[in-house]
Amino acid sequence: LTVDGLFRLLAEAQKHITGFIYPNEVELHWGLLIVLYPFITGLVAGAFILASLERVFKVREVQPTYRLSLLTALAFLLVAPLPLLAHLGHPERAYEIFTTPHFQSAMAMFGFVYAWYLAVVLLLEVWFDYRKDIVGWSQTYTGWRRTLYTVLSLGVRTTSAESLRFDDRAGRFITIVGIPSAFLLHGYVGFIFGSVKANPWWSSVLMPVVFLFSAIVSGIALVILIYMVSSWLRRAAIDMRCLDKLGQFLFYALILDVGLELLDFVHRLYEAEESIDILADMVRGRLFVTLVVVQAILGTLVPFVSLATTLAVKPREWIRKTVYFGAGALVLVAIFFMRWNVVLGGQLFSKSLRGLTVYKIGLAGAEGVITSVLLALLPFMVLLLLVKILPPWQASKAPATQPGDARPAKPAHGPGSSSNA
Amino acid sequence: VITRRDFLKSLLRFAPALGGLSVLLENPRRLLGAPEEGEYDAASHWYGMGVDVDRCIGCGRCAEACKEENMVPREPYFFRTWVERYIKKTDREVYVDSPNGGINGFRNTEIAEKDILRSFYVPKLCNQCSRPPCVQVCPVGATYETKDGVVLVDSKYCIGCRYCIQACPYGARYLHPVTRVADKCTFCYHRITKGLRPACVEVCPTSARIFGEVRNANTPLWRFVRTHELEVLKPHLRTDPKVFYNSLDSEVR
Repeated sequence: LTVDGLFRLLAEAQKHITGFIYPNEVELHWGLLIVLYPFITGLVAGAFILASLERVFKVREVQPTYRLSLLTALAFLLVAPLPLLAHLGHPERAYEIFTTPHFQSAMAMFGFVYAWYLAVVLLLEVWFDYRKDIVGWSQTYTGWRRTLYTVLSLGVRTTSAESLRFDDRAGRFITIVGIPSAFLLHGYVGFIFGSVKANPWWSSVLMPVVFLFSAIVSGIALVILIYMVSSWLRRAAIDMRCLDKLGQFLFYALILDVGLELLDFVHRLYEAEESIDILADMVRGRLFVTLVVVQAILGTLVPFVSLATTLAVKPREWIRKTVYFGAGALVLVAIFFMRWNVVLGGQLFSKSLRGLTVYKIGLAGAEGVITSVLLALLPFMVLLLLVKILPPWQASKAPATQPGDARPAKPAHGPGSSSNA
Repeated sequence: VITRRDFLKSLLRFAPALGGLSVLLENPRRLLGAPEEGEYDAASHWYGMGVDVDRCIGCGRCAEACKEENMVPREPYFFRTWVERYIKKTDREVYVDSPNGGINGFRNTEIAEKDILRSFYVPKLCNQCSRPPCVQVCPVGATYETKDGVVLVDSKYCIGCRYCIQACPYGARYLHPVTRVADKCTFCYHRITKGLRPACVEVCPTSARIFGEVRNANTPLWRFVRTHELEVLKPHLRTDPKVFYNSLDSEVR
């Protein structure tokens, strides 16, 4: 976006201002990219917590999605910093956040939280989980794939029963460490907003908690969708025990999430502090479609009721599949708009509490619509690549991974996960 | 053998050196490479500003001078300082505006004169808070507080994340459209460190802006503080501003 283009956008925005805003508030600073960022990290945290259900809490039913959840978390985590980078005024200086972090700043912790989560938690967990397979593939494949898997094995070539037991124990330990880490990753994102005392829409102690539970909801919803779509693409049967369990967990997580958001809402309404009038104006006006219609009714109420009914009545399989898929998709849309309503909502009203502004976005430019759409699609491309390199389907492609060498402490594979395209 | 006379003579010879030593002891900062005589010593200042709402006539010359002095973009979306007009109506409604930051003055509104209870102008700028939320949130330490109490931005270090703009309760910061870094009022740091007054203070025809030291009794600001009942903006946020307002109406946020 050129400087002139920015001025044109601002001139356009100025026409839609109502009431009084501070003159510097015409430009809205955190746009679609910063909506995308908490959405993506939320999916990471949610998908990881879903994976941990199987690993730590021994929810056997969701086993077919264990590896898929891990890879999903990894794919989205790899993309997570990109929207942040694209929105910076000086992306080339981004390294400063690692080299000279200002420790009082919540944002400065990004580098550490991110590096910890990526390097220590996700990469290690994926590696320990796949190591046996990687060694197998490095022996069965030839050419560049052999090289790739040999490198990925990091030189640890043994597949002795003892080493596999160690892999499993290490993986379990990392997952246990990973759960609070996932909480940290996304709770921290919530804190970035929740700790801004200048902004009454953001400043709330509940913000990190609400972010966290909405993250779990969105992560489960995403894995449901990816699992169903990937099964269809692979012409593999969907494991209904797994899917029912996922639907159940989606419902439980939704209850917690909705409960917390309602608490926040009621609390604000009841306290009715000085900002309440302008916030009410905003919710009734500029946020009506995204907050009331999309987030609350379409994305929360509809999936809530349909999931509750489905879980209570247990209709036929195809109906359940439809409900889970539909609810998952709606929930994802709702959580995206929850981020939208938080991030943009916090900037649509003036800190003078006397007026409202609008969000104008350009098509092109680092912060434009095109960049955002590409960045939203990128994790799926990364996931596709990861799935090619590290197939999460249990009966692995490589024929010669020693038969009967099933990982210890793992149950028999679910019926739906045994076939392969 | 040293005679009494010799001893007293040698004392006299060392007297200047002893004097020098005693100066150093009095002001040990000198030993640490602090400024020389006549050089600017940031640690001996603590700047603030007073704003007398009763005196402001809304001419907007301060905002204009600021843009000129600090090369602030001329477009009406970027201000280091601006003037707001408040019109309190008899029905208790309050109308507020700040067209182009007040630079071109204020036109008459459509509000009938008989409906106006009271109106006044309020100059705004960075409050140079003693507990600046913008400094707190900067992830790389590019925005910082100087020893003389001014919040500045290192434009060569700022990454343009705009967290500081979000954290400022007063809307005093903007992202410079050309340099792509955060920008804000510096109290005209390049002027005040040479003993000059900020541009906005310099041009104000009614002395509605009073610049000076918060801690030093020999400045106009001290007198202003002593003789007026002052308020700061948004005190409940505990940012501890160093811009003090006289006759601040509770409608002003």
